[in-house]
Amino acid sequence: MNGTEVKAGAPLLEVTDLVKHFPIKRGILIDREVDQVRAVDGISFKVEKGETLGLVGESGSGKSTACRAVLQLIKPTSGSVKFEGQEISGLRRRRMQPLRRQMQMIFQDPYASLNPRKRVGQIVGDPLKRQGVASGSELRRQVQELLVRVGLSSEHYNRFPHEFSGGQRQRIGIARALSLKPKLVICDEPVSALDVSIQAQIVNLLDDLQDEFGLAYLFVAHDIGVVRHISDRIAVMNEGKIVEQGTADEVCERPQDDYTKKLLAAVPIPDPRESRERVRNG
Amino acid sequence: MSSAPLLSVSDLRVGFATEDGIVQAVDGVSFDLRPGEVLAIVGESGSGKSVTAQTIIGLTRANNARIEGAVTLDGKDLTSASDAEMRKLRGDRVAMIFQDPMTSFNPVYRIGDQIVEAIRTHRPDTSKGAGKARVVELFEAVGIPNAAGRVDDYPHEFSGGMRQRAMIAMALALEPEVLIADEPTTALDVTIQAQILDLLEELNREHNLATILITHDLGVVAEVADRVLVMYAGKVVEEGTLDEIFYDPQHPYTWGLLGSLTRIDRPRPHRLPQIAGSPPSLLDLPEGCPFRPRCPHEFSKCSEYPGLEARSEAPDHRDRCWLNPEQKREKRQVEGQIGLEAPSGANKA
Repeated sequence: MNGTEVKAGAPLLEVTDLVKHFPIKRGILIDREVDQVRAVDGISFKVEKGETLGLVGESGSGKSTACRAVLQLIKPTSGSVKFEGQEISGLRRRRMQPLRRQMQMIFQDPYASLNPRKRVGQIVGDPLKRQGVASGSELRRQVQELLVRVGLSSEHYNRFPHEFSGGQRQRIGIARALSLKPKLVICDEPVSALDVSIQAQIVNLLDDLQDEFGLAYLFVAHDIGVVRHISDRIAVMNEGKIVEQGTADEVCERPQDDYTKKLLAAVPIPDPRESRERVRNG
Repeated sequence: MSSAPLLSVSDLRVGFATEDGIVQAVDGVSFDLRPGEVLAIVGESGSGKSVTAQTIIGLTRANNARIEGAVTLDGKDLTSASDAEMRKLRGDRVAMIFQDPMTSFNPVYRIGDQIVEAIRTHRPDTSKGAGKARVVELFEAVGIPNAAGRVDDYPHEFSGGMRQRAMIAMALALEPEVLIADEPTTALDVTIQAQILDLLEELNREHNLATILITHDLGVVAEVADRVLVMYAGKVVEEGTLDEIFYDPQHPYTWGLLGSLTRIDRPRPHRLPQIAGSPPSLLDLPEGCPFRPRCPHEFSKCSEYPGLEARSEAPDHRDRCWLNPEQKREKRQVEGQIGLEAPSGANKA
């Protein structure tokens, strides 16, 4: 655990009153702060080991900012983020780096999140190299094993990202995130750029990997159907705040908050008879 | 809906010459569109659905493109029309809305001015004032609040949903008879998507607008379409009415598309049924049925590609699969619902 102590009984990730405000500045020589964008406005949640928490909301609700603030990729304005009981909010870069092994991220856009000039082997192997886990032929072996595990083939090691389809690229991103055997993976809209048929493949893959490696996911998406499928619990975000939190079935079948109800009502039902019914009942 | 077709596409083939060979993006697509009808074209990326739509309004004309077959609007062939004729017709009789509302407007001109320009290009005797009044009217029709105040806004001052409405307003400015909507809601949040779909439906009913809706989302199709074409690797693999496609789907690819949807109104399945593998490269299509390598029900006959024929009871419900109707009924059930049963371990390879 790299010298960091684990407090017994603490949740894997505990976020309390997390706030991230972005200042709006005006002025020519002297920037005056005239207002703030309250992107994340005091959210609290927990993710237990091996569990999936779905974070759902529309664009602009603050989901992605929340992810980045949790991982300390942007500095939170205030609030606490504890990983295995240890406060990580405000940690220095050097103290944070060993912890990054434990928490990885999968990004939305499989086209923008892979360096086009690097080969797949390098992309997936880089975290292992940087953290000093493996090198040389051992590195190559581990990377090839990972590629096979996420549904690619070991011959893809020397290929470039442009040779792959969107779904395959997302698999490369998943292999990279898993290379360090993290405990927590933050998935920021991992399937929303993919065709529906490919979405199912990636969702099933994430499910299998969770069972195999005991991963916990913070799964962020605007598609509540996908979120419900993969999550144990769901938190609904609107305008920087969590408006409702509960088990996946509770939130979807007995929503309490008006915003959650509105979100659920807008999901298209792939069943012509039922959607006609819905229109008639208004 | 027995009236004569307004738009008729027959045996359309579109190929592009590339360094690696000819990519046959659309390979023999035929359909009719009647006034007031919504036809959905469904398929994965690369299935040829967008190229089909773009070819109808002449957007795929290029030196390396080879277009065969016929597209007739009210009896006039569009594939042989001159560029000047197409320009006249585009926007006026056939309009198109695109997926990305951000890149569909010029960021340095006011939205209202861009729509006025489109109107005045086709109707040169419209004054600027009258053009602007028309834009306000259109903004109101598509539900943009404070329409008069927003015509002078720039595209970046509009949200995604409002920009999509403005694009619909622009498409409707000249009262076209045919609207082609290419993934009109894919970039939008579900609540906004629901509003845009309601709007499209209203336009259909009130203006008898014929619509071609291109999407990969069968949830959207279920809400608005009358008829559905399912495309795979440049060909139509199944076509039928909305209910035929959803309740009696004949092609295993359609089963896969239906099965892989998440349904908020049903208990969640243990696993999402998935279509294994990825769409084939159009440069290197397998022999016979191009879906064969991904299909768990493949058998010897599949090395030959079947024609698009009616194989079930309904005469206008056509598909390209050799299985007989009883086999299809039996094989498409997964956990009591329609889905493509994945052979165990298929996703592990």
